[in-house]
Formats: sequence, structure tokens, C-alpha cells
Amino acid sequence: MSVKDKVWLWFHRMASPAYFYKLAGQLLPWCIVATIILMLVGLVGGLVFAPADYQQGDGFRIIYVHVPAAWMSMFVYMVMAVNSAIFLIWHIKLSDIVARSSAIIGASFTFLALVTGSIWGKPMWGTWWVWDARLTSELLLLFLYLGYIGLRSAIDDRRVAGKAGSILALVGAINIPIIHYSVVWWNTLHQAPSVSKFDNPSIEINMLVPLLCMAIAFKLFYLCILLINSRSELLEQEKRSNWVKELVTSS
Amino acid sequence: MIEFLKMGGYAAYVWSSYGIVAVVLFLNVISSWRRYKNLLRRLKRIHSENNNVT
Repeated sequence: MSVKDKVWLWFHRMASPAYFYKLAGQLLPWCIVATIILMLVGLVGGLVFAPADYQQGDGFRIIYVHVPAAWMSMFVYMVMAVNSAIFLIWHIKLSDIVARSSAIIGASFTFLALVTGSIWGKPMWGTWWVWDARLTSELLLLFLYLGYIGLRSAIDDRRVAGKAGSILALVGAINIPIIHYSVVWWNTLHQAPSVSKFDNPSIEINMLVPLLCMAIAFKLFYLCILLINSRSELLEQEKRSNWVKELVTSS
Repeated sequence: MIEFLKMGGYAAYVWSSYGIVAVVLFLNVISSWRRYKNLLRRLKRIHSENNNVT
């Protein structure tokens, strides 16, 4: 069997509902444990061991929830957009499931990025909110998530809802590079990135490590929610199939 | 300990941020898990009723 065949075989197995359901169930406990450990390490590192910032004192510690939430708000949207594209082009149902399982948790991360940013802005900038490019484009992202959730729940036909939602998610993806580069393109009150310059990060190592722990913990947290939600969506979608029947009557 | 809770005068900002994050993440866990469990229960009922009929 050629490599290409093997890849296709793997792809088809992955996309088979019964297989994915089982795999998600096996992954979930590991994922939960890893999330809890990393989150504890990140919290202790960020709140206790990281030194106070020379300008912002202990106020900078909001970074450990604000930045991971903001990163996740964009990451989850990209997962939604990519899966929407796969669903539109190849009609792989599993991709639509992944996309719609991500919407609420993505909106939650966006909401948290906005709220924690606002709370951070008050003591540092002297204001809860400014209409600068970064904040405005992030707010637009929240509306995109809410629009996606609203659109899907407004359409009863699952296939039509999937198609409409996917198109909305794809069109909205244009906002992601705008958020990312907003602090470079425009003169914003929001500071420029201090972490992503990996060759020369302008942040101390014992401040950086907890941040990376929290970022991975948030990513794993998303994965946990995604696994649970896609299992629910699969059950719902396949409720009349034999594998679901066997599953629920055997246990 | 008190020093730690005071957060160098930023206590209200730091702890409210962490609190809101904790609440929102917790709500996500609860609602996803509840939905999953309720769905399993419902499907179990439906399928076992069908089995009794046929």
C-alpha cells in the first residue's frame, strides 16, 4: 500500500463517526489531567514565582489569563474556518461537527480576552475601553462568533445550517490577520507583541515560562471541551445508527 | 500571605480577572458535560423502549 493510500485510509477511519467517538473518549481523561497539571503550574508560576514587572508591579499578572485567552480566541476561530472550508469542499461531516463544537468556547475566550483586557486597561491606561484597532477588531471577532452561533441555531435544516455557518466562518476569517497585525499597522494604545519575537523576546524567562504553560493549558482545555462537544454532536447526528444503539444499550 | 492577596495594590484588578476566567471556563465545562450526559440518558431511554416494542 502506498503512503498516499495509507494517509487516505487513516483519514477515512478518523472521519468515521464510531471510530472518532471512541478515540475522543479515550483521549479525554489524558487531556483533562494534562490541562489541570499545566494550569496549576502556570498559575503558581505566574502568581507566585514570576517577579513583579518593573513598570506595572503586580498588575501585569493579568497577562497570564489575558494573553492565553486572546491567543485562543484567534486559534479557535482558525480551527472553525479551516474546518468550514474542509466541510464546504469535501463535505466531511466531522469537520462541520468540529466547527460547531468550537463556537461557544471560542466566543468564551474572546469575551474573556476583552473583559480581562478591559480590567487591565483601567489601572494601566486609565480607561476601560478605547476604540483602537486591536480592541475593535477583537470585539468584531466576538460578534462573528455570536453571529455564527445565532445563524446556526436559526436554521432548522442541519445541512443548510452547516453550509451557511461555514460560509460565515470563512468570510469572517479575514478579521484574524487584521487582529494580529493591528498593533503593527496602526498606532494603537494596545502594546505591540512582546512574546512572539522568539529570537529576542522582550520578557524575562521566569515571566515567560508560566505564560507558555498557561497558553498550552488553555489549548488543552479547548481540546477537552471540543472532545466532549463533538461526542455529543456525533451522538445527536447518528442517533438512529446501529453503533449508537449498541453503545447506549450495552452500557 | 496578605501581601500575596494584596497584589501590590492591584488586588481588585488581578483577582477579578482571574475570577471571571475561572467562572466562564467552569460554565463551559458544566454545560458541555451536562449536555453529553443528558443526551446519553435520552438515547438510552429511546433505544431501550424501541427494543421492548419490537
